[in-house]
Amino acid sequence: MPEASQKVSLQVRVNGKLHSREVEPRQLLVEFLREDLELTGTHIGCDTTYCGACTVLMNDVAVKSCTVFAVQADGAEITTVEGLEKDGGLHPIQKAFGDCYGLQCGYCTPGLMLSALQLLKDNPHPDQKQIRKAIAGNTCRCTGYQNIFKAIATAATAMRSSGHGD
Amino acid sequence: MYPRAFTYHRAGSLKEAVAMLSQLGEGAKLLAGGQSLIPLMKLRFANPVHLVDLNFISGTSYIREQDGVLHFGPLTRHAEIEKSASAARVPILRDCAAGIADVQVRNRGTIGGSLAEADPSGDWATVLLTTSCEVHCAGTTGERTLKLSEFLKDAYTTTLAHDELVSEVVVRVPSGNSGGAYIAFKRSAPVYPTASAAVQLTVDGDRCKDVAIALGCVGLLPIRVQEGEAALRGQQITTKRIESAADAARSAANPQPDMRGSAEYKRQLVGALVKRSIDAALQRARGHQVEVSHIYA
Repeated sequence: MPEASQKVSLQVRVNGKLHSREVEPRQLLVEFLREDLELTGTHIGCDTTYCGACTVLMNDVAVKSCTVFAVQADGAEITTVEGLEKDGGLHPIQKAFGDCYGLQCGYCTPGLMLSALQLLKDNPHPDQKQIRKAIAGNTCRCTGYQNIFKAIATAATAMRSSGHGD
Repeated sequence: MYPRAFTYHRAGSLKEAVAMLSQLGEGAKLLAGGQSLIPLMKLRFANPVHLVDLNFISGTSYIREQDGVLHFGPLTRHAEIEKSASAARVPILRDCAAGIADVQVRNRGTIGGSLAEADPSGDWATVLLTTSCEVHCAGTTGERTLKLSEFLKDAYTTTLAHDELVSEVVVRVPSGNSGGAYIAFKRSAPVYPTASAAVQLTVDGDRCKDVAIALGCVGLLPIRVQEGEAALRGQQITTKRIESAADAARSAANPQPDMRGSAEYKRQLVGALVKRSIDAALQRARGHQVEVSHIYA
C-alpha cells in the first residue's frame, strides 16, 4: 500500500483566476482550496457529505467540496465565497444575508450563499418551497433558518431589479 | 479526513475503463459521482489501490427516448433526471431523482453508480424494481443485458464482474393507464431514508390490471411484495385490499434496528408508505396530477 501516491497535475480556474498545481490524488477539493490556495472562506463542517458548509460551485452547480477530489476539478471553473464580491462591493446575496440577519456564528454562511447562488441563477423567482428545497443540503445550527429564507428571497428581488446576471 | 493513498487513472472511454480494471486487478475501483464512494474512502471502509475516474468520458450522461423506451447514460446525474422532460413522463423516476439527498449530492451522484453500489438504502434500485428496468453491462468479454432483479445480488453486491461496468440503464415508459409513486421517509434531506416504498399500478376501470410493489431500506436488497401484489392484481381496488397489501408489506419487510429506528418502527412505517404510494399511484393511473416526493420531518 503506497503511503504517498504519485502527484498529478491540476489546472483549475477559481474565482476567475487560473491555478496550475501538482496534487496528491487523495486531496479533497476543500483541502486544496483552503490549504494550497489559502481560500479559507470555504469551511469544513461535518466532512461527511452532510452539512454543506463546504459548498462551492463547480461549473455553475453546487457541490460539496469535501466529497470531490481536487483532481476531479481539473479544467473546471470553481466559485467560492471569495468570488462573490465584485470590485469591492458585496454581492446582493451577501448584502441580503447581512441585512436580514441571515446568520449568527457565520460558519455555515459561505456554503448557504453558494447554494443560494445556484438557485437564483437557475430560478430568479423562487417561491418559499423552492428556497427550502435549494438549501436542504445546508445545515445551520444557530438561526432556525427563518432569516436565511428571508435573505434569499430578498436577494432574489435585489438581483432581479439590478439585472444581476451572476 | 483523507482516504488511503491511491493511484489515479482517468479513463477516456468506457472501453478504456474496462481495460484499466482488467489490467489493474482487484485493487481498482471505478469513480462515478463519488457521493458514496468518497465518504466510504474517507472512513477507510473502502481502500482502493487504484481509482479509475469515469467523469471525464464524454457522452456518458444522457436521457434518450426511443420507441417508448428511456435510455439513461451510466453517468447521468440525479439532477439531470430531475429536470428532464423525458423522465417526467414517468413521474416515479422524476420523484425519485428529485428527492435523493440534497441539491449538491444530486448534482454529482449518478444513476449507474447508484445501481452498481447496491446500497440497501439507495433509492434507485427500489424504484426501478417496479419498472421493466434492464441494466446493460460492458466488460472485457463483451456486453450483456440483465434484468435489474438479476443484476442485484446482495447488499453492496451485484453480478458485475470485477472488469465490468454499467454502460446504460433502460426503462420502458409504462402505458397510459398506469401510474407510479415512490415515497421515502427520511429524517432530513442529506440522509438515507428510514424506509421507502415504490408502487407501479395499471388500472382497467376500477380494477387493478397489474401492480408492482417494492420496499427499500428494510432488507439487504429492495424487496418485491409479491403477496401484496397478488392481493390487488385482477381485483377491484378497495380499501380492504389496499390494507391487505400493506399488511403483506409489513410481513415481507426484514428491517434491521439502527439509529434510524427499531425494526418494529420500520415495519409499521413501510406499511404506511405502501398505502400512501398505492393511493398516489392509483390517482396518477387515473390521469390525476398528484405531487409526491421524499418526506422528511
